[in-house]
Amino acid sequence: MNYRRLMLIGVPYLWLLGLFLVPFIIVLKISLSDIALSIPPYAPTLDLSEGWAGLKDFFSKLDFDNFLFLKTDPLYWKAYVSSLQIAIFSTAITLLVGYPIAYGMARAPEEWRATLMMLVILPFWTSFLIRVYSWMGILGKEGFLNATLMWLGIVDEPLTILNTNTAVYIGIVYTYLPFMILPIYAALDKLDISLLEAAEDLGCTRTSAFWLVTLPLSRPGIVAGSFLVFIPVIGEFVIPSLLGGSNTLMIGKILFEEFSSNRDWPVASAVAVLLLLIVVVPIVLFQRSQERQAEAQK
Amino acid sequence: MAQPSKTPVVFAPWEDQTQKPVIQFKNVTKRFGNFTAIDNLSLDIFEREFFALLGPSGCGKTTIMRMLAGFESASEGTILLGGKDISAVPPNKRPVNMMFQSYALFPHLSVWDNIAFGLRRSSMPKDEIGARVDEMLRLTRMEKFAKRKPHQISGGQRQRVALARSLAKAPKLLLLDEPLGALDKKLRHDTQFELMDIQEKTGTTFVIVTHDQEEAMTVASRVAVMDHGKLIQVATPAAIYETPNFVYVADFIGEVNLVEGNSRKVGADKYEVSWAEGQTALRGTCPREIAEGTRVTYAVRPEKVAISAEKPKDAANAIQGSVHDIAYLGNISTYHVMLPTGQVIKAQESNTRRLANRHFTWDDQVWLSFTDTAGVILTE
Ligand SMILES: Nc1ncnc2c1ncn2[C@@H]1O[C@H](COP(=O)(O)OP(=O)(O)OP(=O)(O)O)[C@@H](O)[C@H]1O
Ligand SMILES: [Mg+2]
Repeated sequence: MNYRRLMLIGVPYLWLLGLFLVPFIIVLKISLSDIALSIPPYAPTLDLSEGWAGLKDFFSKLDFDNFLFLKTDPLYWKAYVSSLQIAIFSTAITLLVGYPIAYGMARAPEEWRATLMMLVILPFWTSFLIRVYSWMGILGKEGFLNATLMWLGIVDEPLTILNTNTAVYIGIVYTYLPFMILPIYAALDKLDISLLEAAEDLGCTRTSAFWLVTLPLSRPGIVAGSFLVFIPVIGEFVIPSLLGGSNTLMIGKILFEEFSSNRDWPVASAVAVLLLLIVVVPIVLFQRSQERQAEAQK
Repeated sequence: MAQPSKTPVVFAPWEDQTQKPVIQFKNVTKRFGNFTAIDNLSLDIFEREFFALLGPSGCGKTTIMRMLAGFESASEGTILLGGKDISAVPPNKRPVNMMFQSYALFPHLSVWDNIAFGLRRSSMPKDEIGARVDEMLRLTRMEKFAKRKPHQISGGQRQRVALARSLAKAPKLLLLDEPLGALDKKLRHDTQFELMDIQEKTGTTFVIVTHDQEEAMTVASRVAVMDHGKLIQVATPAAIYETPNFVYVADFIGEVNLVEGNSRKVGADKYEVSWAEGQTALRGTCPREIAEGTRVTYAVRPEKVAISAEKPKDAANAIQGSVHDIAYLGNISTYHVMLPTGQVIKAQESNTRRLANRHFTWDDQVWLSFTDTAGVILTE
């Protein structure tokens, strides 16, 4: 291998090493440490001045106590399960909302498509936090939504939406919708209309042509979009803490509380490591399906 | 190759007034925006016909097919199928199957499932579907590839799958948009005969688009030559070839020598065309009446032009020239003979002798001769 190729391959690997592997090892190390009243708030810390003996001492103090602790309190596994639940449901809702939008975009007249695409991406132009805060303004007791509903006479008393799981779902679906729409749109846009004509020619109705041709051919987009929503939503923190209530249980929130309120860095790190292990499964599945897709298109 | 059928019954329903056409185009016009793709077209196609559409790219062949299949509606005029207006009938309710020019195979389905797709939408029982698909695979010689996906087979194989898929349902009317273009010559010929065989067995009416005039000649009961959304001539392959009505048709189908001149009537359907100063007028045939002195085009096919060293004794037409170029095509050679007027006339000879023993070579003075029935006089 010559120098240039080594550089080409080396740069992304160095990048991953520096920005992913090293931080991960640090977090992993903290998760194996003990809480301490010091700065930083854990022990042991690596002291290389004592040489070999110091290193041995360092490793002997690392243990899995924090992970064992996570087992003792049901709060943690409940939070993991609840996060998975919320992630699965909100992915499903995002798919149900996103698919028709992507479909409509792909079937829109050619000259509209760029504009529609723009509209989907437009929210990214404002800060994520501001957008979530504005949902608080919409969903609150005296919020825009309740004001409108009461003005229309649909409800007599303001609905309690903010600080419930419903608000969390609304926030998640709203935030992650573009990640669902774009891959599905890409798949539908590539779909050759003559395939639908062929299906109709061979006896399909419009509806059955959709189920037998359009849907299977947009599957790669559905898979990609679902993973792109599901993976980050499991660890979502901002939306549940701003829109969710006290009974909204998500692991991202727990992690934050351990870290900043309890100042228990080791337990917070253990929570993070476990979360990563849980997320690795769908990530690997996603990679696999992407590879298969690439192979099929070769 | 083609076995002459036992009873040479002439199949010509278009000449029989009592026959009802299956397909009728009545003054059909199709516009895309302000572009007219089909221009006031009227056409009758009869049951069991093998109707070929021929014409240059963009002349509207696919558009005609798509209107029959139900993917486009006529801007004006009506299309009747079996005597009924089909404008309101959706594609899936028409007894019509179409083989798409782009094949339109379903990429997520195997070859087998592609062929079975239409059968599964019908009420056919499962085991019969299997048998039918296998039969189609055999017919198109795709048995070995049944499990592959469309992206795992070659272009010609894809074309065969598309053909098999459209044949599978054995519809009343089959529309084939360039069904054999990607096949090699041998396979193309075999498939042509298979198609004719299927048609004989099932009585299906075929409408086929082709760019290959030889194919049109082989399979078609009638050929329609189109240009710019209009039908120029609709006739049997032999009539199209031997007695074209228009210069465009003569020129489009096969090779032809065209000479312009002024006509003069000399017999019942015989005319003389004086075409150059000091040259004897050419004698040819035209079934229609032509006014004296009309500017006409004299057309004669190269294979009907004989080439000889001596002036032939009693030929209706004989012109002298010198060999300008020789194109050797294996079974035949085409001699390009330059006349003193500077015009080049092509004459074809079959190569019964080996190349080395050839009669003529470059710059030889030769005589070209042809009968007065070989020469067709065209007014437009
Ligand atoms: N959907 C459409 N919108 C606009 N113009 C169209 C459309 N479909 C076809 N045309 C035009 O109509 C004309 C006829 O097209 P058609 O596809 O019937 O040609 P064709 O005879 O099948 O040509 P080819 O031999 O290249 O397949 C072409 O000039 C084409 O550009
Ligand atoms: Mg075409």
